[in-house]
Amino acid sequence: MADTLRVYAGILHARWRIAMSYRTSFAFEITGQAIGQLTEVVVIALLFTRIRSMGGFDVTAVLLMYGFSAACFGLADTVVGQVEKLPQLIRSGELDAMLIRPLGLLPQLCLLDIQLRRLGRLLSGLLILGVAAHRAPIDWTWDRFLLVGLCTVTGAVIFSAIFVAACSISFWVVEGSELANAVTYGGTAFASYPLTIYDRILRRLMAYVLPGAFISYYPTVTLLGIRDPLGLPGWFGWLGPVVALLSCLVAGLIWRTAVRRYRGTGS
Amino acid sequence: MIIEVEGLRRTFRVSEKAGRFRRSHREVVAVQDVSFTVPEGETLGYVGPNGAGKSTTIKMLTGILVPTAGRVRVCGLDPSRQRKKLARRLGVVFGQRTQLWWDLPLLDSFELLRDIYRVGQTQYRERLDECTELLGLAEFLSTPVRQLSLGQRMRGEITAALLHDPRLLVLDEPTIGLDLESKARLRSFLAELNRTKGTTLLLTTHDLDDIEQLCRRLMVIDHGRVLADGELAGLRGSVAAERTLTVDLQEPADLSGIPGVTAIKADGPRVHLEFLPSEVSAAQLITAVAARAEIRDLAVGEASIEEVIRRLYDLRPAPQA
Ligand SMILES: Nc1ncnc2c1ncn2[C@@H]1O[C@H](COP(=O)(O)OP(=O)(O)OP(=O)(O)O)[C@@H](O)[C@H]1O
Ligand SMILES: [Mg+2]
Repeated sequence: MADTLRVYAGILHARWRIAMSYRTSFAFEITGQAIGQLTEVVVIALLFTRIRSMGGFDVTAVLLMYGFSAACFGLADTVVGQVEKLPQLIRSGELDAMLIRPLGLLPQLCLLDIQLRRLGRLLSGLLILGVAAHRAPIDWTWDRFLLVGLCTVTGAVIFSAIFVAACSISFWVVEGSELANAVTYGGTAFASYPLTIYDRILRRLMAYVLPGAFISYYPTVTLLGIRDPLGLPGWFGWLGPVVALLSCLVAGLIWRTAVRRYRGTGS
Repeated sequence: MIIEVEGLRRTFRVSEKAGRFRRSHREVVAVQDVSFTVPEGETLGYVGPNGAGKSTTIKMLTGILVPTAGRVRVCGLDPSRQRKKLARRLGVVFGQRTQLWWDLPLLDSFELLRDIYRVGQTQYRERLDECTELLGLAEFLSTPVRQLSLGQRMRGEITAALLHDPRLLVLDEPTIGLDLESKARLRSFLAELNRTKGTTLLLTTHDLDDIEQLCRRLMVIDHGRVLADGELAGLRGSVAAERTLTVDLQEPADLSGIPGVTAIKADGPRVHLEFLPSEVSAAQLITAVAARAEIRDLAVGEASIEEVIRRLYDLRPAPQA
């Protein structure tokens, strides 16, 4: 186990060296990614000069939700974002090359071509979360600090599980990437805004099937101590780890089944 | 036995457009009833026409594909269930794919693989130096892989597959697209590897010179079934392929009517006789010819490997529709 981790650390180090050998373009890419993200925050801020609340939440809460979502997405995207390349790797046969190496397929997918420029979104996401949390009227006791840290990690894990599960479909239909994209990007959009602005069916889907609500909605509600317009108890925000664990189990099961279905290409 | 395969089968479900919206499904049988074993140190050539099932077999041996049915053991392991463990003992080269990183210099790819396979620094240096020398890699070690020529890249691929010192090297069309000189170099490298280290070689190819120069044993597959499996010499005998005796005679003479001879072609004083080794040995034939005319020079030739394989195909049972 420790050995395997060392291998991964070695690979990460190698990728970092490569990124550093193109320092300037790396810096530009990171900045570009970050700016893209920050623009959305500006849009939200501008929106709130016209409206007072969104789905029953004020600007502080909405920005906090957006912050959670952005930070978790950034983290998940940096770590497992490469799974969206799966259809391409299957078609080109590169997956065959990965399968003859003594490492798990998923870690290889994630690490061997890790896109360090995605750190841009992660950094801006953390920045947004930090600023939103700082501006919110929160009494910073230690359990609230813990909640923010915990939710950032579990949210990222939940996002990652959704990405992996959605991309598994490529093993059945190589053209499945559109559907996978719809799920991952749709999930992100959902997690970025208050759940209450969506209609009932979508809301249920996000709350129970794809556990997107546990990424930003419940943590924010719990953190701000607001009474949940949906009527769920305040401690729901603390369920993140359990939900994250369950998501991982389900996603892992789907992924394993999918890999055994791998059929390669005919040439 | 380093490879044990029994009753191996793999099918693919393919869907085709049938009409505007309907799709019809069909089972393609890529490999069926394939059984064989390979002892350590063997050099086995796996040949067959396009679509015969060679690559599919290899993918099942290496753990890339899960068999539909049958039993596979490679290095004592079940490839699809113990894929990672097997990968440490196995080297795989795909002529049509790369396992190197396009955007990295060759040397960086090797270093990444060294970490992935956890090869010790001493062993790594040793293997790399050896391959660098024997395959002539020195001049392009620091070139990004995407800028390498096919022949250069292939030498890199082989090195990459050998860094962890595998007991078994599996090669799927390693010489495809290479020029004559590169092919010759690759073959002699592989032959040397087998001879000095005892590495077992399994290779598929469409170039029968690869087989002739590299493989003690030949396996012929078509429509997913093994048509023949054995030592090249034995297969030659089993299809009763004629051998040829070429003699230069002092004076023209009539050589017709010698038993076992199936064809005679005269070319001035030079005469080619095709004969069935099962009916007359080369020595008997030479004696018979010498009784009729004075021989100045002679040569005995084998049926070419193309000829042997062509005959094997001719002998196969008609494929079921
Ligand atoms: N992923 C796949 N999906 C559908 N059919 C496949 C797939 N892979 C292989 N086949 C089919 O299985 C059969 C055997 O293919 P395979 O690639 O094993 O042949 P091969 O002997 O390697 O041929 P070649 O000499 O052309 O490389 C072919 O009919 C091929 O179309
Ligand atoms: Mg093939």
